[in-house]
Amino acid sequence: MSDGVLVAGEVTRQGLRPGTAELIAAGVKLKEEGAGSLTVALIDVEADAHVDAVNLAGVDEVLTIGAVPERFEAHVAQAALETLIEQRRPRIVLAGHTFASLGFMPAVAARGSHGFASDATAVSCGPDGIRARRGAYGDRLVAELEFPGKDTVVVLLREGAFEPAEGAGSAAVEAVALEIADRARTERIELRDPPAGDVDITAADFLLAIGRGVEEEEQVAEFEELAGRMGATLSASRPLVDAGWISRDRQVGQSGTTVTPKVYLALGISGAVQHLAGMSKAKTIIAVNSDADAPIFSVAHYGAVADLYEVADELRRQFDE
Amino acid sequence: MKVLVPVKQAAVLEGDFELEDGVLDRDSLDWQINEWDEFSVEAGLRLVEAAGGEVVVATVGDEDAEDALRAALAKGADRAVRIWDPVLEDADPLAVAHVLAALVERERPDLVLAGVQSSDAANAATGVALAGLLDWPRVAVVRSIEVEGGSLTVERELEGGAAEVLRLELPALLTVQTGANEPRYANLRAIKQARQKPLEVVDPGALGVDEVALETAAGSRLVSLAAPARGAGATLLQGGAEQVAGQIVEIVRERMAS
Ligand SMILES: Cc1cc2nc3c(=O)[nH]c(=O)nc-3n(C[C@H](O)[C@H](O)[C@H](O)COP(=O)(O)OP(=O)(O)OC[C@H]3O[C@@H](n4cnc5c(N)ncnc54)[C@H](O)[C@@H]3O)c2cc1C
Repeated sequence: MSDGVLVAGEVTRQGLRPGTAELIAAGVKLKEEGAGSLTVALIDVEADAHVDAVNLAGVDEVLTIGAVPERFEAHVAQAALETLIEQRRPRIVLAGHTFASLGFMPAVAARGSHGFASDATAVSCGPDGIRARRGAYGDRLVAELEFPGKDTVVVLLREGAFEPAEGAGSAAVEAVALEIADRARTERIELRDPPAGDVDITAADFLLAIGRGVEEEEQVAEFEELAGRMGATLSASRPLVDAGWISRDRQVGQSGTTVTPKVYLALGISGAVQHLAGMSKAKTIIAVNSDADAPIFSVAHYGAVADLYEVADELRRQFDE
Repeated sequence: MKVLVPVKQAAVLEGDFELEDGVLDRDSLDWQINEWDEFSVEAGLRLVEAAGGEVVVATVGDEDAEDALRAALAKGADRAVRIWDPVLEDADPLAVAHVLAALVERERPDLVLAGVQSSDAANAATGVALAGLLDWPRVAVVRSIEVEGGSLTVERELEGGAAEVLRLELPALLTVQTGANEPRYANLRAIKQARQKPLEVVDPGALGVDEVALETAAGSRLVSLAAPARGAGATLLQGGAEQVAGQIVEIVRERMAS
């Protein structure tokens, strides 16, 4: 029988990923629900440096796996997780739904025939066994999942779904030697910084953000003009950047820029999780969208179910006064 | 060079969907090719146009999913395979990966190009799960691809717009990100001609995948669907466009002054 919760923490070049404390919070909750003891594994050359940061209240054990390449390598990470799961047979494995884990956790789950849920917003262990919740149909519905017949369930949690764990813990710390350093199957040629742009949207107090609700490339200039009139800086969701309608330095989101302006006015943006990751901490969010079920309304402070063009015309007129 | 591109006909939830006892009425769904697959198909076509070879598109889906295959054929893919059995309805990404792995074993492509994720389920898992099952090297979230002999040089997207350039050996699998290229449109003649291109329909059994194997492979089972709890939610701005804009002007002026 499998037992316990294994949290795969994430160390980036910026240090321990803050989401790791959220994973630990989820692990503590599962432990309280009876899933068993809580282990946190750190797979990184600098794992030792982050032991204290993950030794939080409720954690029973911290494992460091430091004999790995200096950079994150997806196949090495896969081998590490596979070995740990084989040795410890956890009931639940928790990792973040991050760029790094997307490169190997689905492979771990598939090869082990484990239970699997990605981008989960909730996980529980109760009389019905393990359950997870995640978005469906572009986050317009929520799906509840079960994992019948699975000894081990791998759950990738959406960042922000849990409040980070706090308080010092008293975990046992163990350095684990795994023979995996030679499992790399990619060679790094280069690391590229984001291209330097002309605009710094993080410096703006007021951002006017446009999304795919804007239908024509020619219209982008009209919104740029509107932004100028309102004293705002123009920014956008990714599809407009991908299409080449607007420059990359204006992209808000996980693969663009994270912003915290005083006001974020979103026109025709649905609110995909990767977009929300870049703007949900703005002080005031106003969303205009013709779809009343658009997920952006779940983070907006003010919302209007309306046509963005009609509202934009009125804004143009009223900001003239 | 032989490239296999798995594609998905993705669901779009209509505005007035019907949800009863946690079950969604299928008539509430419209279908369109997954946005990410537009880019993986284009990437496959360009590689084969440059190096010669064949682009095979494949889907795990019912008859309606043939639209996605025909669209790819019209753009220039050489042939298509649709794998289906009604037990695959609501299949999770690991079950789909299991079926696709059997097809890859049969087709033996040099490269598999999947989309990063699908626009409806957004698991972002099928491609990497497939690579895991095949024990192939792979890179997720790729925005550029170059082939040189037996190896690939790819740009892997990182958070915040950074990127990592990686080299790996073929055979390999990549998941392709939006914006990786500019997907082409098919003209009417090509759309007509696509009807003549081979589209094979197979059931998983013919690929050596039985029902028990599918059940073991599946990572999860759907219990129910629900409308999301909206929490505190947004304060709704009422009225027509004029009133809405008026309130926005007021909020902006007040917040910017503070
Ligand atoms: C790894 C990864 C990283 C990503 N990184 C980012 C990122 O950094 N930033 C980002 O933005 N996305 C990112 N994405 C893409 C993201 O998943 C979504 O596809 C994207 O955010 C959708 O943009 P959108 O809301 O503008 O478009 P859609 O989702 O197409 O939404 C358009 C919205 O406009 C509304 N609309 C249409 N017409 C009108 C009208 N006339 N009036 C009012 N409303 C209207 C619609 O109701 C809809 O809600 C990433 C995806 C992945 C997989």
